[in-house]
Amino acid sequence: MISILTETEEDFFIINISGEIDASSSIHLDNKLGEIIKSAKKILVDCTNLKYISSAGLGVFMSYIQEMEEGDIRMILFGMSSNVKNVFEILGLDQLIKMVETKEEAKSLLNAI
Amino acid sequence: MINFLYLINLGLISAFFISTFVVWERFIFYQKSKQLIYSWRIFIYLLLASLLLTFAPIASSEMIFLGFVSFTFLISIYFSVNLKWVAYLNFKQKWKSILLFILIIIYLVYFIKQIYDYSIDYSGILILDLWANTSLISLYTFIFIYALISVLVILFNLPTSSVFEKKIEEIINFQRLSQSRNTGKNQNEVYDVLLESSVSAVLADAAWLDINQSGLESKKQLAYKISSEEILEVQEHIPKGKIKKLFSTDPIKNLNSNRYIASIRDFRFKSILVFPIFVQNDSFGNLVLLKEISDGFNDEMINVISTYINQASISIENFKLIDAAVENERYRKELNIAKTVQRSLLPLKLEESNYFDIIGFSISADEVGGDYYDIYKIDDDKTILIIGDVSGKGTSAAFHMSQLKGIFQSLVQLDLNPRDFLVYANNALISGLDKNSFITVAYYIIDKSSQTIEFSRAGHCPTLYYNHRKKEAEYYYSKGLGLGILRNNEFYRYINIDTIKFKPDDILVLYTDGITEARNLNQEEFGYDRLKNLIIDNASYAPEIIKDAIMKALYAFGESNAPGDDYTIIIIKFKKNKT
Repeated sequence: MISILTETEEDFFIINISGEIDASSSIHLDNKLGEIIKSAKKILVDCTNLKYISSAGLGVFMSYIQEMEEGDIRMILFGMSSNVKNVFEILGLDQLIKMVETKEEAKSLLNAI
Repeated sequence: MINFLYLINLGLISAFFISTFVVWERFIFYQKSKQLIYSWRIFIYLLLASLLLTFAPIASSEMIFLGFVSFTFLISIYFSVNLKWVAYLNFKQKWKSILLFILIIIYLVYFIKQIYDYSIDYSGILILDLWANTSLISLYTFIFIYALISVLVILFNLPTSSVFEKKIEEIINFQRLSQSRNTGKNQNEVYDVLLESSVSAVLADAAWLDINQSGLESKKQLAYKISSEEILEVQEHIPKGKIKKLFSTDPIKNLNSNRYIASIRDFRFKSILVFPIFVQNDSFGNLVLLKEISDGFNDEMINVISTYINQASISIENFKLIDAAVENERYRKELNIAKTVQRSLLPLKLEESNYFDIIGFSISADEVGGDYYDIYKIDDDKTILIIGDVSGKGTSAAFHMSQLKGIFQSLVQLDLNPRDFLVYANNALISGLDKNSFITVAYYIIDKSSQTIEFSRAGHCPTLYYNHRKKEAEYYYSKGLGLGILRNNEFYRYINIDTIKFKPDDILVLYTDGITEARNLNQEEFGYDRLKNLIIDNASYAPEIIKDAIMKALYAFGESNAPGDDYTIIIIKFKKNKT
């Protein structure tokens, strides 16, 4: 089960993902991301409550990398638990998507780029 | 001379009587019963008996004659209740029958008059005076009575015949609604039959059927003798009229409390009946029936429509269920084919080598997965190994797996270093992969001459290596990126090549994440440490035994939890040098 909440803070778009991203819930994530990148330029993804991500979920994140680069949209993931972070690192996505510990770090990083 | 003519007459009359008698018998026996057969037999015996009387000396006893005839009279009335065949005639047939019977009665009267006249005019000359003949007169009585009663009954049944016909029509319509699927019709024909049957059941002047199924299909409207503009007009007028809600006596279907009757004055349609249709407890549409007279719908009509709608919704539900089952079956077949394909892509046996022992093992989860491994011997010294995992499940994963196999089997012959292979492989796969898919791969070149393992990791699980001398195992997390993620020329920057110098009794373990990510009932993962420790604990054994130990531990860990992903493991143990 998954719950995806979005909110805006200053000029950031924050996506809060809770639960697990598996094959079926990844579709929701896909739809949400698709909607958001139409208007947002700075996206923060709060992963503190993300318990598990499957290859389907990784695929969703990966599929937006190119689009975001072309549209000059920046996205940073923060607050991941170690096992979720591990999954990203093994696949090598950490080399393409920035991941930090806290929201503040993420914000300052986005503002700095 | 007269006798001769008389006898001819007699012949004709008898023939007529007997044939009519046979027909009457058929009518009476339209609905047989034991009692009827029994009593009829007795009647025939009596008639035959009376025939004998003609030749007996006691013949002309007036008393016997009268007695017999009155008895026949009573019996005829008894048999005349067997007129069930009348009900099955339709209106036209009833009229035809009436005319026929009247004709027969006329004939009968004529014949009897003839016999009577002969009897009076030529009494004494006649050999055989039929007027006094018991059997003939009895027979005649029977025929006449039955004919008379039949005519009367048909006549009285004329007004009610239309009701009977209607009932039969309703039953036939009901059958049509329930048999739609069997006769190879489709869902739309159920709608047509429903509308048609409802209209004729209530004698509606106009009607329409709204189908707006929540979800997929677009809205549909079937109309009978009414245009869409008029439909809108009616819909506007309904709230203005007097609305009476109808409640069903069926307790389960209290959803149906949306049915109602509306009476509208000063409008073309004075009575309107609205029935909602529910399929699987979901609102499906509405049936609206219109009549130009007021109070045009009685309770009986409402009941009939209710039955029709119930049957129609059952039929529609059946269609859906059958469609879903067919779809399911097709999906299962697809999966089975994909599974067969996938299994055929894995090597049957990993080639033996003179400097290492190897075992490969893969078991797929219920759904088709995408684990792949392969081996290629370049020469006696050099062997190439590959292991891969396609993201996702199902038929597309199996398809990408076979692509990967093709790419491996072509590129491997070029003896590329691991990074170059992965870069080429990435290029080759990009065009075919869909947006959200990627493939993790690890590529190993084992070279006896240099005693090295050269390998690269494209996002795959870190390689596990057991060092015999140190009695330790470690994971190699060199930099890497899965295939299909970067679809440009920069991919090579993200791949590193690692080298290990192998020694005898060292163990190289390749695996897919199905093993490390296997979960038990507490949602705990099997994890990397367990795998590592199992290798260390079983390092002295042959690869086959190590593999068994790992699988045993894996299944014990998972307990009753079904594997959610494929388990693939390849174990290479380097042999002692033969010096």
